[in-house]
Amino acid sequence: MSSLIDVENLTLQFRTDEGLVTAVDDVSFSLAKGEVIGLVGESGSGKSVTAKSLMHLNARNALYAPQSKITLYTDAGEVDVLSLRTARELNVVRGGAISMIFQEPMASFAPAITIGSQMVEQLQLHGDMSKAQARKISVEMLDRVGISDPHKRIDQFAFELSGGMRQRAMIAMALSTQPKLLIADEPTTALDVTIQAQVIDLMKDLVNEFHMGIIFITHDLGVVAQTADKVCVMYLGRMVEEGPVREVIRHPKHPYTRGLIQALPRLDDLDSPLTPVPGDIPSPLERPSGCVFHTRCQEILGDICKSALPHDTQLDATHRVACHLHDTKEVGA
Amino acid sequence: MSDDILISADRLTVGYPLGNSILRKSVLKAVNEVSVHIERGSFFGLVGESGSGKTTLGRALLKAAPITEGRAIYRDDEVEYDLSTLDGAELKDYRKRAQLIFQDPYAALSPRMTVRDIIAEPLEVMGLTASRQETDERVREIAAKCRLNLEHLRRFPHAFSGGQRQRISIARALVSGPKFVVADESVAALDVSIQADVLNLLKQLQSDLGLTFMFISHDLSVVAHTCDHVAVMYLGRLVESAPTRKLFAMPRHPYTRALFSAIPSLDPDDRGKAQKLEGEIPSPLNQPPGCKFHTRCPNAIDRCKREEPRLEDPGDGHEVSCHRWRELLETVPA
Repeated sequence: MSSLIDVENLTLQFRTDEGLVTAVDDVSFSLAKGEVIGLVGESGSGKSVTAKSLMHLNARNALYAPQSKITLYTDAGEVDVLSLRTARELNVVRGGAISMIFQEPMASFAPAITIGSQMVEQLQLHGDMSKAQARKISVEMLDRVGISDPHKRIDQFAFELSGGMRQRAMIAMALSTQPKLLIADEPTTALDVTIQAQVIDLMKDLVNEFHMGIIFITHDLGVVAQTADKVCVMYLGRMVEEGPVREVIRHPKHPYTRGLIQALPRLDDLDSPLTPVPGDIPSPLERPSGCVFHTRCQEILGDICKSALPHDTQLDATHRVACHLHDTKEVGA
Repeated sequence: MSDDILISADRLTVGYPLGNSILRKSVLKAVNEVSVHIERGSFFGLVGESGSGKTTLGRALLKAAPITEGRAIYRDDEVEYDLSTLDGAELKDYRKRAQLIFQDPYAALSPRMTVRDIIAEPLEVMGLTASRQETDERVREIAAKCRLNLEHLRRFPHAFSGGQRQRISIARALVSGPKFVVADESVAALDVSIQADVLNLLKQLQSDLGLTFMFISHDLSVVAHTCDHVAVMYLGRLVESAPTRKLFAMPRHPYTRALFSAIPSLDPDDRGKAQKLEGEIPSPLNQPPGCKFHTRCPNAIDRCKREEPRLEDPGDGHEVSCHRWRELLETVPA
């Protein structure tokens, strides 16, 4: 499969009053066309910031380290995302080749403008088409995502739709420009389980139909197991484990991934106690030295975890982990 | 009612009047003739989608939503209150016996108050302590039980993570020494890694302080692990109610079964096996006739469209409200 986007050594800090805060630290991954990546981690792990970097959407106080590189492969050639500056250049990644769905659909639609006008507006911005054409495409998209009566719905406001319907409309809007990559930031977290199941089904159908790549950000490993091909687990800005979904969920190698899986309440075993990952994620202002996870790790080896950053260890062609338990390279001084 | 029941609701209805027209007065019944009995010292789970009326039922039992029909009795060792008529000094007394833990720990805590002041506020408002010293003592006591230390009490909420904030809201709810606590989606806003920690804490506090919990959640797997008894609501009605083990071993209502199969499985090879529920919960203003669930039920027959089933107890304490549950148990595997 050919690559759609490559992220290499992405390091991102925010300038704040309290000093430089590292949000993403040396993260690399790549996504092929038609592939679904699940980006997993607790709040504060840097998953949303990583995704937003792909669209250059982070706030102005964001500082990308010089070695960071994001390459998007489009039909027109390679695009170096982080070098884009003007609004016109950024249109390529913002709504052009990449679309994003946010967690809270009510907050993502303008409340006083109809769903239709918002869909038509972005279609006209990104494609050369008439209002009537754009409206026709919008109605088709609403129909495609399973909204009944799209001719009537298109002239309604976001508050007139239910939560599930709003998220469907959001997906329709994101897909109407035919992006190559869809970033879905916790798209089902605010929904009921029954509606979540419907939205997940819909997204799976759409991947097959439009053959686009999806980055699915979530803290729910169950959702990842049901949707993703590949999982990236993040903790405090670092990618701690990456691999095919079956591998990572069945044979997690990093203690943090194991902790996340054990913390899930399981329906097939009601007697097993719930085991939280102990402690809280540290503030990014007080990043632990060495392995960032050592303050909460149950399998800590000793001083090496507190002093040295673990290398990425490639367990096989597709599964890699950053943990001293698996570190086969000699740790340099 | 028997001695070990703390709260007993009988055909409880919460209705909200809608705009009056000259011809008729319409009433939105958010909770419709629900009967529940909550045992002392139990963890009573209430499950359903948004719009099913679970929060409204919880609030009615706290006397924070109007009970328009039916009755609810609260009885502990000291007092017995009829919640539908409770007011004045008795209502004030009930407030310290029944408390609520909110869903969002980010919205529930005032950013301008220290943690000590947040936890002490109920004591001061209700006038439960005689001196500042006594207040401090009680705050420290409950804070320690919720694993907050003295250092934490001096700080403001912004300095805390989601899990710590939820522990602060729990301390605040428990400081007045309630017997009955409604936890409304109290772990829904938390990460899974922290969720387990808060659930374990609630269990611990329940046994230490002899609390009775009503645990409202849309997450069946969380309920399965914490509750002793589970009631499932749909569109203001109770559709199934049973001890947790019985419910999870063999759910009887098609809605409960659908809720089960909608939980995303951790097994990547399970994809697409789930029985998916079509559509969404109908608006309470426009309720379907007959069984409220028939519009989405995969097993609905003509009878379901005409006749509303009643909640029945076949004698084993596993109540269900469905015309066809017996035949479905045999023909449709769970």
